[in-house]
Amino acid sequence: MSTRTLTLPNSLSIQAPYRVTWWLMFTVMALPLAWLVGLGLTGGLGANPIEFINRYLGDWALRSLLVTLAATPLKILFGWVWPVRMRRMLGLWAFAYVALHLTNYVVIDNFFAWGDIWKDIVKRNFITVGMIAFLILLALAATSWNGAIRRLGAKSWKRLHRLVYVAAALGCLHYIWMVKADLLAPTVHSVILALLLSVRAWHIFRSQPR
Amino acid sequence: MLIKIPKSWQLRDSDATPQNIYKDRRRFMAGVLKGTGVAMAGGIAGSLIGRDAFAAWVRGEKLANVVKSQYTVDEDLTPYESVTEYNNFYEFGTGKDDPFDNAKDFVTRPWTIEIAGEVAKPGTYDIEDLLRSEQLEERVYRHRCVETWSMVVPWVGVSLASIIKRLEPTSKAKYVAFETLLDPERMPGQHRRVLQWPYVEGLRLDEAMNPLTLLATGVYGEVLPPQNGAPIRLVTPWKYGFKGIKSIVRITFTEKEPPTSWNLSAPHEYGFYANVNPDVSHPRWSQAKERKVGEFFKRPTVIFNGYGEEVASLYTGMDLAKKF
Repeated sequence: MSTRTLTLPNSLSIQAPYRVTWWLMFTVMALPLAWLVGLGLTGGLGANPIEFINRYLGDWALRSLLVTLAATPLKILFGWVWPVRMRRMLGLWAFAYVALHLTNYVVIDNFFAWGDIWKDIVKRNFITVGMIAFLILLALAATSWNGAIRRLGAKSWKRLHRLVYVAAALGCLHYIWMVKADLLAPTVHSVILALLLSVRAWHIFRSQPR
Repeated sequence: MLIKIPKSWQLRDSDATPQNIYKDRRRFMAGVLKGTGVAMAGGIAGSLIGRDAFAAWVRGEKLANVVKSQYTVDEDLTPYESVTEYNNFYEFGTGKDDPFDNAKDFVTRPWTIEIAGEVAKPGTYDIEDLLRSEQLEERVYRHRCVETWSMVVPWVGVSLASIIKRLEPTSKAKYVAFETLLDPERMPGQHRRVLQWPYVEGLRLDEAMNPLTLLATGVYGEVLPPQNGAPIRLVTPWKYGFKGIKSIVRITFTEKEPPTSWNLSAPHEYGFYANVNPDVSHPRWSQAKERKVGEFFKRPTVIFNGYGEEVASLYTGMDLAKKF
């Protein structure tokens, strides 16, 4: 895929080979996790580490989902193609953060108190929507390999994967409903999601035949 | 006769850290770390020693003439660092470590408290005049936050009842309303309207007169750090932490139930009473369990935070699910 830039070096081009960009982005996506591990090893998680880890992983789950959803708008607005090409990797990182966030909640925060967890899911709206978002992303991660696209057929695979918008919106709602009074951070994340989605909407609207 | 008791909780100018050393504290700390040969890369231990060295510089003065009170609990104290670096004090930011970072330079002297409303001796009192004749007590109380974490804190303070008696509330006084300082220049969190400022809280007069109710001016035997509500804050250990209004500048005796900040912000989530109750959920989370800061496993929450013997009689016949 990336051999073109490798074998035909163009002195005018400052484009890094795609493979390098891919690994660079992979590393960028891993940085928040590495930082968290670093904080953990140096005693930097504060007085309530379990709460800290939970908030931190939740934040980065939503942020990496927003990064994933920025790929298409970047192509629409600036003609960049490379983010779209590595969307699967970005999306799987988003799922990894969501899965770690949930694992922390189940294993560390509640230590497998399934009764308490079930009550949370049923009774607490912000946990209900968070869990739905997780299930959606689980389905998308499970069908993220090439074989799944073949088996489902490109059309229905695409339709299924549009659920990522729902998951992101539910993620924002989860955040908004969780906070006590300071809505600044959830609002910023929600506005970014809204902007990303409106670029798509605008593009679809513009490309409609009149 | 006026007995002059030394203003033990007051930070005297002569006792304060010389400013040149204070301003140079980071370099000082770095020196300490180097001198003791602590490898910062040495993981948790290194980091904890670093925190201690820093905390030593922001700690307040030791309080003198403090008597131990009968109020104590047979549990491990929550470490000083956790008590003073993990705070909800939105006047200094909404993050848990914001108050520690942003309240450092908060000046708490001079400080006056206005006494108003249904009371025989209203007026603006210097905090020192209000506290001079009171006995400082150390009380180890459980502290339960509405967010389901808890601590065990060795407060130093004076009984609110004792102050109220001296102020002589009139027969019309049924409630006591408290107000935090409103000064966005000194309390930067007030620049953002996260809550209605100033923060207000209230108690029924009989709750305020309960022997458990404390006005704290210190913690861990030292002057209360700003991030914990200096110079004076309320402590009602059978209620959720947000009732413990900080940096109080006004106390008003009222006939009607006064407004309270979190109730104004979200009426169906936070009531006037805010008594710790494992059976009454916050609409968005259960209150049945709590995590004591520093522990891994959650523990069951106890009604009135374990202070039922002292306070349950205040609420006889009241539906605690409705008057939450």
